[in-house]
Amino acid sequence: MSSRPRIKETPVTMDTFLKGIWEENPVFVMLLGMCPVLAVTNSTINALAMGIATTFVLLGSSALVSLLRRGIPKQVRIATYIIIIATFVTIVDYLIQAISLELYNALGAFIQLIVVNCMILGRAESYASRNNVTKSVVSALGMGAGFTIALLCLGTVREILGAGTLLGFPLFGADFEPWVVMILPPGGFFVLGSWLLIFALLKQRKTKMEELTRAH
Amino acid sequence: MSTVTPAQNSNTQNSAKMIKTLTLIAMISGLLVVLTFELTRPLIAENQRIAVEQAIYQVIPEAVDWQEYRLSDGKLLVASETTEGISIYAGFNQAGALAGIASEAVAQGYADSIRLLYGYNPACECITGIKILKSAETPGLGDKIFKDLDFIANFKALEAKLNGEQSALENAIITVKHGEKTQPWQIDAISGATVSSRAVGKALNDSAQYLLPRMVNQLTTIKQMSMEDETK
Repeated sequence: MSSRPRIKETPVTMDTFLKGIWEENPVFVMLLGMCPVLAVTNSTINALAMGIATTFVLLGSSALVSLLRRGIPKQVRIATYIIIIATFVTIVDYLIQAISLELYNALGAFIQLIVVNCMILGRAESYASRNNVTKSVVSALGMGAGFTIALLCLGTVREILGAGTLLGFPLFGADFEPWVVMILPPGGFFVLGSWLLIFALLKQRKTKMEELTRAH
Repeated sequence: MSTVTPAQNSNTQNSAKMIKTLTLIAMISGLLVVLTFELTRPLIAENQRIAVEQAIYQVIPEAVDWQEYRLSDGKLLVASETTEGISIYAGFNQAGALAGIASEAVAQGYADSIRLLYGYNPACECITGIKILKSAETPGLGDKIFKDLDFIANFKALEAKLNGEQSALENAIITVKHGEKTQPWQIDAISGATVSSRAVGKALNDSAQYLLPRMVNQLTTIKQMSMEDETK
């Protein structure tokens, strides 16, 4: 029926979900979707909202792409994916406006820009179009969770250092002088760089340990 | 005319399939978007109304009720979806009397334009409060225009008296350097955020210079209209 090579379906395991959080983390490992990662992580709540919005779009588009994967001709697949993704982004856009206008104003154009988040298109093309609905949904949830956690890692650090607050509550006394640079764009790069450094060090240590155990 | 080769045949079939797929997807997409739009519309409208209401009550401290009007060509009409013109919000106090009017003002800030709502009290001929609606000022510096309490205190009773002919303000609202405020129509700037402070002053001055001379005769209209509402 399909001209594409049939990949043998492997069952859904915990690994399908966990891959997105650790091994293939979209931000810390694959470095995808850097634009929202740097732009909207100036506070924890913005980071969380952006993470959830992106997860919703990823989930919806993965499910639909996976559902329709046999019917989509190869030549128009990218166009189809973009329409599907844009649909879910528009839905999220309305939903956030309905939930809180303040949040909507804080996130600004970055909600609409989820359309061009390469992580979502990447997952549709490389995963959802080749796997069944259950697997795609589970994997999308994992990827979304990984993305949200990464955004939170940046958002929390930036808010604490840059504003001295966490989720809007002041953490330090009145004497605390916030590092304003942390909530400005350069701060995004500093904090992302630091997190990447930590991840790289952890990875290096892990491989070293493995080598050591093998040598013994 | 010519016979259709199998290759051409499969091409047409392919195109037909592509068109069919895209049409189908577009229809599903349209349906989902329209559904969400219809479901969220009342919620979004309610959110916007609450946001406007909170801003009005903040800039007209005595207000407990409000009504939107539109000013165009020197005439003031009760706002509906079709009326055009500048939005004027009238705030009424507990007794149902006019407590003040509020309107939007805009000026170029340090980054992007600053949009704000300000309240004007006709009794004291002064500005009674401002609320920044939209700004992209630098966090930690320019964003003090809505965080710095000393700066906000400027707008508790900022004089905006009209001159004798009621054609303009007697004294233009102006932003002065931090600590140099001597007159009730001056705004004490935030040190380190001069551009943003000046923008707020300019927005207020521009809007008040234009609006207040045109509104002075309309205030009685608002009072009358609200009286008519009461009797109904």
